[in-house]
This record gives sequence, C-alpha cells and structure tokens, in this order.
Amino acid sequence: MQPDSLSFIFLNAFLINNFVLSMFLGLCPFLGVSGKISTAWNMGLAVIFVMFVSSTCAYGINALLVRFNLEFLRLICYIAVIASAVQLVEMAIKKISPALFRTLGIFLPLITTNCAILGLALFQTFRDYSFVQCLAFSAGAGGGFTLALLLMAGLREKLDLADVPDVSMGAALSLMLAGLLSLAFMGFAGLGG
Amino acid sequence: MPPPARPAAPMNWETFTQGLWKENPVFVMLLGLCPAMAVTNTAMNALAMGVATTFVLVCSGLLVSLLRNIIPKQVRIASYIIIIATFVTITDYAIQAISLDLYNALGAFIQLIVVNCVILGRAEAYASKHPVFNSLVNALGMGVGFTFALLCLGGVREILGSGTFFGVMLFGERFQPWSVFVLPPGGFFVLAFWLVLFSTVRRARERREKEAAHAA
Amino acid sequence: MNDSVPIPTLPSPFRLIATLGGIAMLSGLLVVMAYEVTAPHIARNRREALQAAVFEVLPGATVRSNFFIDASGMLPLPDEDLARANLFAGFDDDGRLIGYAIEGAARGYQDIVRVLFGYDPNREIVIGFTVLESTETPGLGDRIGVDPAFLANFTALDVSLTDDATALRNPVETVKQGEKTEPWQIDGISGATISSVAVGNGIRDSATRLLPLIRQHAGGSN
Repeated sequence: MQPDSLSFIFLNAFLINNFVLSMFLGLCPFLGVSGKISTAWNMGLAVIFVMFVSSTCAYGINALLVRFNLEFLRLICYIAVIASAVQLVEMAIKKISPALFRTLGIFLPLITTNCAILGLALFQTFRDYSFVQCLAFSAGAGGGFTLALLLMAGLREKLDLADVPDVSMGAALSLMLAGLLSLAFMGFAGLGG
Repeated sequence: MPPPARPAAPMNWETFTQGLWKENPVFVMLLGLCPAMAVTNTAMNALAMGVATTFVLVCSGLLVSLLRNIIPKQVRIASYIIIIATFVTITDYAIQAISLDLYNALGAFIQLIVVNCVILGRAEAYASKHPVFNSLVNALGMGVGFTFALLCLGGVREILGSGTFFGVMLFGERFQPWSVFVLPPGGFFVLAFWLVLFSTVRRARERREKEAAHAA
Repeated sequence: MNDSVPIPTLPSPFRLIATLGGIAMLSGLLVVMAYEVTAPHIARNRREALQAAVFEVLPGATVRSNFFIDASGMLPLPDEDLARANLFAGFDDDGRLIGYAIEGAARGYQDIVRVLFGYDPNREIVIGFTVLESTETPGLGDRIGVDPAFLANFTALDVSLTDDATALRNPVETVKQGEKTEPWQIDGISGATISSVAVGNGIRDSATRLLPLIRQHAGGSN
C-alpha cells in the first residue's frame, strides 16, 4: 500500500494509530462520556461531524495562510475557527434535535477544547495532506474515536456488575481498561504492510 | 465594570502548594491527560513538556490577571484562548530554536498545549479573579505540580521500558527492556498505577486525621 | 464575581470588539516578535540537522549543495530554499563528488518510515543510510536505525540502471535474515521484517524515480 493512499490514511487513523488509544488525543470525553453506550454513540457522532467541519476549515485557512506567508498565525486561527465550528454544531443540534441536545448539551463545549479536534487539524497540516486526503483522515479519526468510545462504554456497562477493589474505582479503573484496549489495538499495527 | 470590593486575597504558602499535591492537575483533577501520556515515554520529554506547559501557564496567568479588569465577562473565554494560543506559539518557536531533536520528539503535542484544560482552567478559575502576584505564584505551583506528575509518569515508563533514566543506562547490558511501557498501553497502565497509589495515600491520611479528631 | 447579580448590564458591543481587537493585536505583536527572534536559529538548526544526515550517508563528504530535480532538469537551490530541495550532493575537500543523498518513504509497521540514503553515481551503489523519522516499535522495528548487521547492507547496495537508463536493472528487495545472495538484496532483521521491508521499499521507490533523472541531467556514470 502506498504511504499516501486514501485507504491507508483512513485505516491508519481508524485502527493503527487510533486517536484515543495510541495517540491519547481526546481523553477527557473518552473518560467522561463512556459510561453508557447510547451517550457514547451520540458523542461519537458529534465528534465525527465537528471533525469534518474543522478539517475542512483548517485546510482552507492553511491554504490562505501559506499563500500570504503567515504560517505563524496558524495555531491562533485554527483555535478560533474550531471554536466557531463547535458553536455552529451546538446551534444546529439544538434546532434539529432538542432531545439529542439535552443528552449532549454539557459535552459539546468539551469538544471545543478537545485535543482530538485540534490534533486532527495540526496533523493534517504537518503531513501536507491534500483536501481529499484530509477528508479520509477525518473520517478515519472520527470513526476511530467513536469505535474506541463504544468499546469502552460496552466494557464499562459490564463492569458495573463487577466487584473491584475500592481504591481503583473510577478513573484508575477506566484507564486500566483503556490500557487493555490499547494493547489490543496494537495488534492492528502492520495491517496492510 | 469594576469588580466589587473584596477582602485582599490571602497570599500564603498554600497559594503555591495547592497545585503540587492537593489539587495536582494530573493525579487529582485528571486534567491535561493528553500530553501527560502522549509524550512521557522518556523522562527528558516529560521534563520538556512540563517546562513548556509551566511557561505557558505562568505567562498567560500573568497577562490574564493584568487584564482582568479590562476584559468584559462576555468575551473572556475568547480572550483567554487567544492569549494562551499566543504563548503556545511562542513556546513552539522557542523549542524549535533550542533543539530540533526535542521538537521532533514532542511533535504536534507542543501546539496541543493550547487545549490543555489545566491552563484555561487556571485562567478562568484563578488568574481572572486574583492580583498579579498571587496568580503568578499559583500558576507556578500548578506548573511545578504538572511537571512533577509528568516526571513521575515519564520516569517510570523510561526505567521499565528502556532501562534508562534521562538516557543513563541503569541496569547494564543484560537488562531486557519491558518495551510495552514506552508504548501507548504502558502510558495508561502507569497512570492508573499512580492514581491508585495517590488515592491510597489520601485515604490513609484522611483516616488518620479522622481518628486523631475522634481521640481529641 | 458577579454571581449574585442575576442580569449583569451588557457592555456596549463596541467595547467587546475593541477588547478582542486589542488582545488580538497584542498577541499578533508578541507572536511576530517571537518569530523574528527565533527564525534564524530555527533555520540554522534545520540546516545543521540536514547537513549531519547528508554527511552521514555520504562518507567523506564535507561540502553540501541542494538541488530540486524533476523531468525538466536539475535546479540548484540556496540554503534559504531548503524546504523545496529533493536531492543533496556531497563533495569532499578537493571538490570531488562523493554522491547524492536522496530521501525515501514507505509504510512501516506503525507508521510511515522516512529514510535518507547516499547514492554513488559512478559505482551505481548505495553507500550509506540513515533513518530520518520513524515510530517503529522500540526494541524491534527501531533496530533498522542501529542494527550493525542491517546497516552493513548499505555500504554497497546495487542500484545500477538498465542500459537505456529508465529503470533499475534489479529492483532493491528485502529478504529474510541470512538469505541475501545478490548485491541488490537487503538482509532483513528477524523480528522487524515489516520495518526492514519498508526501508527497502522506500529506497527502491525513490531510486526508481530519481536515479534515471540524475543520470539524464547530471551525467553521473561514465
């Protein structure tokens, strides 16, 4: 597989270098919203949408900044645009599906300061992806995030019934689970090589 | 609008130590986990990341505190983010100028300091409500606490995963490194271990205090 | 601070915009200042890192020049334009050409592996190799950068061109450890097969693309 083929970019972000489990991007929502499968699914959808929007915006801004030799303003511009994109998705969801907004309401602001979203924009810039490659990258990253979130939520729903030592309840336990998932995902390395 | 008069903020040792132990950003508040695990595969990277984050924390805390009476409430978050992004960009260039190897090792995670919740959290919760000097000391405490947490993670991961500490060979040639600890899963496991350790210590102390109060 | 006041009076929009604008100006000023101060240092660091890598893969080289090569020709580039260069020539103290350093990239085990290799156009062999960037598994895949037996593959790896100079006569290939029989084969590392193959693929792809161009535009072989 060519290193810059679309399928490789997608697969790489989706499984091999999963944003959450191997790059540690977006851990806050990962630990916070993975309690129930239904919430996890909604959160995943919101992240995928915001990723598409911010990836597209970031591509446009970067082209503009490079054109005018203003690369040093990149970070500030990305942050501003991504924050606005999240505001947009928040308003859109509020309008379209008030029920979904009630479930996600408190988590949407979390996406704004989510490293997964900004990380996506930065990595696609560092790797000089073309526009179509950016789309494949964000689809893979968003899908991978949702996959990890769903797996984690499934595990945690089962875990409610388990008897674990008192001190390791909460975050520590979630992290250990994430570590095991991450170990499992390491098996995807070498895929398609 | 000028803030209402309030008693002069107490400035004491607590302002500094708060971030070190009781409100340690990583181990207690679980903030900034993303850089805490992504770049702590060696102690050196952990230290560099900690210092960079401290720099941004202190500078943005200073500026936010200076401007706290000027910035209207409605646009404060936007202003804080711009201020933080500015200092992160400066840090990014500074690291590139100091050492390219370090820059390559940390990669995009330097720029991702901007979304580290510790920094925005400090700006919003402390610096925007306290005088300059207090904010400075508090930010420094938080930064040192963050660096300490990163070093705890990075140290353990480097020692177990590569058999070295700050690049110095510890166990001699025959040591078989436990590579999984420098890989992503190791990050999760080591952090989980530290969290358990911290909560065990905290509980033991709380129990002792309760017993002491009971006896008195 | 105003938590007890239910509806705070809204400052005029002008004030909001002025504040944001002022902060944006201040931040722009700071960033530009930092950029101006650090830019020369960053450029120097990049130049030195590249220089070290080029001299590593071209043993004996002490002088470097940069080129951009494509079908239309070979264009010399100044150091300020380093980002565009895709070919680096290395010369020794007497000004004799040691060879060309060429970048290669291929998909490895974990992510993309970027390598730099030295090409001697007179003997038509690869004379040196270094890993520029890889995230291969520590202790396994990352041995491609340090394993002495593996690095020994790149002291005289055959990359000779066909007689019409359009392709490699024998494409570089990676074989299992200890099975190397031909000069164009790379002896892989057992336990790091995919990473070794990636190195071979990276060299082969770049060599296939660039060596005919070098022959065509720079003369090279006698």
